[in-house]
Amino acid sequence: MMTNHGNRVTQGQFSFLPDLTDAQITAQIKYALSKGWALSVEYTDDPHPRNTYWEMYGMPMFDLKDPAGILMEVNNCRKTFPNHYIRLSTFSSVRGVESVTMSFIVNRPKKEPGFGLVRQETDGRMIRYTIHSYATDKPEGERY
Amino acid sequence: MGKSETMKEGKERYKSGVIPYKKMGYWEPDYKIKDTDVLAMFRMTPQEGVEPDECAAAVAGESSTATWTVVWTDRLTACEMYRAKAYRVDPVPNTGPGTKTEQQYFAYIAYDLDLFEGNSIANLTASIIGNVFGMKAVKALRLEDMRIPVAYLKTFQGPATGVIVERERMDKFGRPLLGATTKPKLGLSGRNYGRVVYEALKGGLDFMKDDENINSQAFMHWRDRFLYCMDAVNKASAATGEVKGHYMNVTAGTVEEMIARAEFAKSLGSIIVMIDLVIGYSAIQSMAIWARKNDMILHLHRAGNSTYSRQKNHGMSFRVICKWMRMAGVDHIHAGTVVGKLEGDPLMIRGYYDTLLDTHTPMQLEKGIFFEQDWASLNKVMPVASGGIHAGQMHQLLHYLGEDVVLQFGGGTIGHPMGIQAGATANRTALEVMIQARNEGRDIWNEGPQILADAAKWCSPLKAGLETWKDISFNYESTDSPDFVSTATASA
Repeated sequence: MMTNHGNRVTQGQFSFLPDLTDAQITAQIKYALSKGWALSVEYTDDPHPRNTYWEMYGMPMFDLKDPAGILMEVNNCRKTFPNHYIRLSTFSSVRGVESVTMSFIVNRPKKEPGFGLVRQETDGRMIRYTIHSYATDKPEGERY
Repeated sequence: MGKSETMKEGKERYKSGVIPYKKMGYWEPDYKIKDTDVLAMFRMTPQEGVEPDECAAAVAGESSTATWTVVWTDRLTACEMYRAKAYRVDPVPNTGPGTKTEQQYFAYIAYDLDLFEGNSIANLTASIIGNVFGMKAVKALRLEDMRIPVAYLKTFQGPATGVIVERERMDKFGRPLLGATTKPKLGLSGRNYGRVVYEALKGGLDFMKDDENINSQAFMHWRDRFLYCMDAVNKASAATGEVKGHYMNVTAGTVEEMIARAEFAKSLGSIIVMIDLVIGYSAIQSMAIWARKNDMILHLHRAGNSTYSRQKNHGMSFRVICKWMRMAGVDHIHAGTVVGKLEGDPLMIRGYYDTLLDTHTPMQLEKGIFFEQDWASLNKVMPVASGGIHAGQMHQLLHYLGEDVVLQFGGGTIGHPMGIQAGATANRTALEVMIQARNEGRDIWNEGPQILADAAKWCSPLKAGLETWKDISFNYESTDSPDFVSTATASA
């Protein structure tokens, strides 16, 4: 079990808060839409801090401007992958940004075993560090 | 090119002796500014008996080609082009007779691009803030703002990483980053120092930081600090599943030694190193090039700047330092908190933040920004807010500083009554709840304290933090504020 605050992976904007309700997620979706950002649902069972490319649950929703429709995508993804990490991200195409502007977790496994730190002692006092996800000892899809 | 009627011409101009700067060609009120000119705006306090136009011409002269007397060798050059031109002088509002302040003037000066070597802050500054500040004709002089032409900006690398890529690398979006400086800043052993780093990062901060004067002293040599801190960083990263970092201060007596320390930090897997402003402009540029080459974020502590940026009548505005540092290539710079313990008028600080973050900055006199500035796609610098801030001010910090900022709660993390992890958790929770509320459209400026109080009901570290620092604020009058209100020609 993870021993940090909340005993959970704390990636994203809102991991220190109680899990967001659908109404709270909708409020964030509305904020993103008001900024003209495209939303995207992504999921993974490899939450390594440097695992950048979570699987896309469909393409970013560039043309969907209906908060209820976007929430429906979130909930469809939750139904398909109830025990995966799922995040909602937003993208801005504005010059000077052209990147992710929001990202927060909307679903997580019931049990989060977290990560071990592997220390490889090398020359002198030098250590090479590897962050190892306990879950990824199992194949994809069988991890949580 | 228009010329001032007051300028002497030909033989008369080059007769041996001393003539006023105005008559040497450094005052040209009808000068037409070129897109490629470097522009500077100075706040001048002329000596008694020195006319403002002559004073501005003297500033233009001494910061470009002039010396105190006429030299015939000017005539071997395209000297009219090389001469800087003072083209406008305005009296500063609320100075002069009937006020508490001596009469001051804003002097605008244009410099031809050919006066400067590309990619060299040292060369730019040797002219603009070189001899001129010690000239007897001015009692006091302050560089308020500069317009750097796109043509010149394009010769600079700019920030090694930039805000956008820093966020991508750290996988942290849509909120300010959180940091803290390890305290006490001097005296901890490497092992004890790393303890503070680990606790704060595990508790929820994104970054920990060396202070400006932590280098390699008897109580803790640099390698020891780096080794212990990287164990702390990686352990905290594993404990939370987040990318985390510790700004390793590599400041040292030589650039060679700084690079050696930076290389060691890199070999340990650090994502960020740190330097102090006092290492000098060229050393900063060298470190920025190293940082770009080595995928490293480069944090700059502005140690020393207040010796010349704080007084309103002499020195230079911090916004100019921000401009130079963006050109020099740092990724982070301390730029004020508004609400903390260090100097800062809200609008002036917003001006610094805009200077660091905008792709294009319009002229905004209320923020002390006198020139429009196109940033020519140079990366953005992340401002850092540090010094006397705590979780109870989260709504104010977000209101004043926005989300592209590193909020550094040193005492506000380490001084928490339940311990360092709890202090970090209090700050992170306060931040997330405030971002959530802002995005939901709530009026955080007015509802902020209530939003925090509601979160404190389910987050005991936040409750204890709010209780500890509830009455702490630093309300002193700012020594630096914009002067623009009644400038008649302000919009010209």
